[in-house]
Amino acid sequence: MALLEVKNMTHYFGGLRAVNDYNLQIEPGQIRGLIGPNGAGKTTIFNLITGIYTPSEGSITFDGKNIVGLFPHQVASLGLGRTFQDLRLWRHMTVLEHVMMARYSKLDYGFVGAFFGTRKRYQQEEACRQMAMDLLKMLEIEHLADQVVINLPYGAQRRVEMARALATEPKILFLDEPTVGMTPEELSQIMEVIRQVHRQFGLAIFLIEHRLKFVMELCEVIQTLVFGEVIAEGTPEEIQNNPKVIEAYLGEERVE
Amino acid sequence: MANASANPSAARGLRARLSGLTSRIPLLAWLLGALVAAGLEQWVGIDVAWGVGLPKIPVLFGLVTMLKSPVLIPGILAYVLSIYLIPLFLVARITAPLANKVAAWLLEKPLVISLMVHLLIIFGIMHIWSDISDYRNLTVRLTLIAVMMTLSLNVINGYMGEFSCSHPGFMALGAYVTSIFTVGLFVTDKLFGQAILPAWLGPWLFPVALICGGFAAAIGALAIAIPSFRTRGDYLAIISLAFMFIVKSVIENSEFVGGPRGLSSQPDYADLTTVFVVAAICLWMINNFVTSILGKATNAVRDDETAAEAMTVNTRRTKMVAFMFAAFWAGVAGGLFAHVLRYVNPGTFGLQKLAEVLAMVYFGGLNSVYGSIVGAVGISLLGEALRPLEILKWIIIPLLLILVMIYRPTGLVAFKEFDMRRILRPKQD
Repeated sequence: MALLEVKNMTHYFGGLRAVNDYNLQIEPGQIRGLIGPNGAGKTTIFNLITGIYTPSEGSITFDGKNIVGLFPHQVASLGLGRTFQDLRLWRHMTVLEHVMMARYSKLDYGFVGAFFGTRKRYQQEEACRQMAMDLLKMLEIEHLADQVVINLPYGAQRRVEMARALATEPKILFLDEPTVGMTPEELSQIMEVIRQVHRQFGLAIFLIEHRLKFVMELCEVIQTLVFGEVIAEGTPEEIQNNPKVIEAYLGEERVE
Repeated sequence: MANASANPSAARGLRARLSGLTSRIPLLAWLLGALVAAGLEQWVGIDVAWGVGLPKIPVLFGLVTMLKSPVLIPGILAYVLSIYLIPLFLVARITAPLANKVAAWLLEKPLVISLMVHLLIIFGIMHIWSDISDYRNLTVRLTLIAVMMTLSLNVINGYMGEFSCSHPGFMALGAYVTSIFTVGLFVTDKLFGQAILPAWLGPWLFPVALICGGFAAAIGALAIAIPSFRTRGDYLAIISLAFMFIVKSVIENSEFVGGPRGLSSQPDYADLTTVFVVAAICLWMINNFVTSILGKATNAVRDDETAAEAMTVNTRRTKMVAFMFAAFWAGVAGGLFAHVLRYVNPGTFGLQKLAEVLAMVYFGGLNSVYGSIVGAVGISLLGEALRPLEILKWIIIPLLLILVMIYRPTGLVAFKEFDMRRILRPKQD
């Protein structure tokens, strides 16, 4: 059975149909890509699956559970981690605090523990700190642990976001344009990070991307979205040679 | 600021020399110094005061007297120097080596023990210092209550980044519920008739009364939180402001608690010890909360709520609980306030009070326990000291606030974590 299955999902913003009859199946450990021009509805699909919006029609099952109508934090704690196109780090918090915060749903000392500082609280937070430090080490940013995130260079911020998403113990990771605004050098680094994460945690990854080269190299299956509709789905080679995709990206008439 | 930039090297030299003199002195030694200074004042204060030409011991470090009769300024300076500053510094310097050893030894034990020792000394200082006059005693108690109010409002306005205006309302709820509890049960008066329980039980049940007051405020907070935390934005500010006025006018129109005339004859339960203990518990609990991950979730909600949700943080629960928690402590502070003044009327809990608490929060610093203490103590003392200026006081304090906002937009000591271990540690290499 597929890890994540989306069936016939349609979403309207007022009268505007942003996503039309979208279908998706992701198996455990698979890397999938979603490409498409600006405004095609890629991020909307992410937001629909992760619970930020509720789809107007259709069903989403994750790990055998229906997740339509759940709060985003519930979806996230089931094991659906994500990153954001615009990072969305917490500007006053340190790197370590970011990663520890993502363990929120795994802590069960409750507000009584928080108010009275029980032994359980300190034990759990210590375990949480260890786990966070391990993740930071893996992403090679442990030396930045006590830095406030806004002081960090962009590449490091991307890594913080990745570490934060991984701390939620996802079974599937949604990456929303992880290479936006990156230099070629940072690009190859982040590609390596994604590969490493995939290898080490055996995650499924669902990736939105703009840079075709990047997607072609990483993904096993790619969907192309135009105006909220999937116009093509297949392996990188199939997508590359699909006339509809070429049309959507380059326009109808080729310039010689 | 301008001064420092005009002559940076001299300022730096002075600061370096000062910090060189004080860098090895741990908190414990400073507290001992303060304790000795307070004791000294008790012992020879009046003689010294007469000696330098003052009619009596200056109550608030002579700040009030200075404004009233400037002729006495040299005398006051001499007094402050000889009673407070010199003994404080000398004792701190002399006891520093010993205090360092003791502090190190205490820190090896569980943190609670070290904390208790320090708190006990602080209490001793306050007790001896406020023994000189009733006015001092009252000021200390009201300042401690202001610290509680500021801390709890900081949880909402600073840590959570919402703007709540209902703190005086929560305070009023706490004040009235606590007063009804104690006056109704232990006092024979016109409003509630015969006392129901024997008076000796009163002080023992006072904590229960305070907790009831706190919970009343928390329930009030729930009424605000349910409609206003569905989304972010200005809703909370508007709804909470409305709540404050509703509470005020409901009390004004409730004859059974005295209506606009207020409620009096509260028993004298809130002495310095009680207020100090409750304030210490409040500080401890709020600090516990804001340093825990569950509490820091309020920061995540403030900085980016969508991201917080995506990282499994239950933002709705976080906001509700933090809000109610803050309201609870405002209610408890209100209960103490009623029993310190032994009289409350609804007029107290209006816009003026709101402005005062907000000023303390923004003056001291957002997102900081330190800042709340600095803000509350600073504005309270300033308010008392500038009392002789009457209406001018309400020009000077806002001006000061504007200056703080210009130079340090988030307040004097914002975004600083209150790390007990760091504060209590010995200072030696």
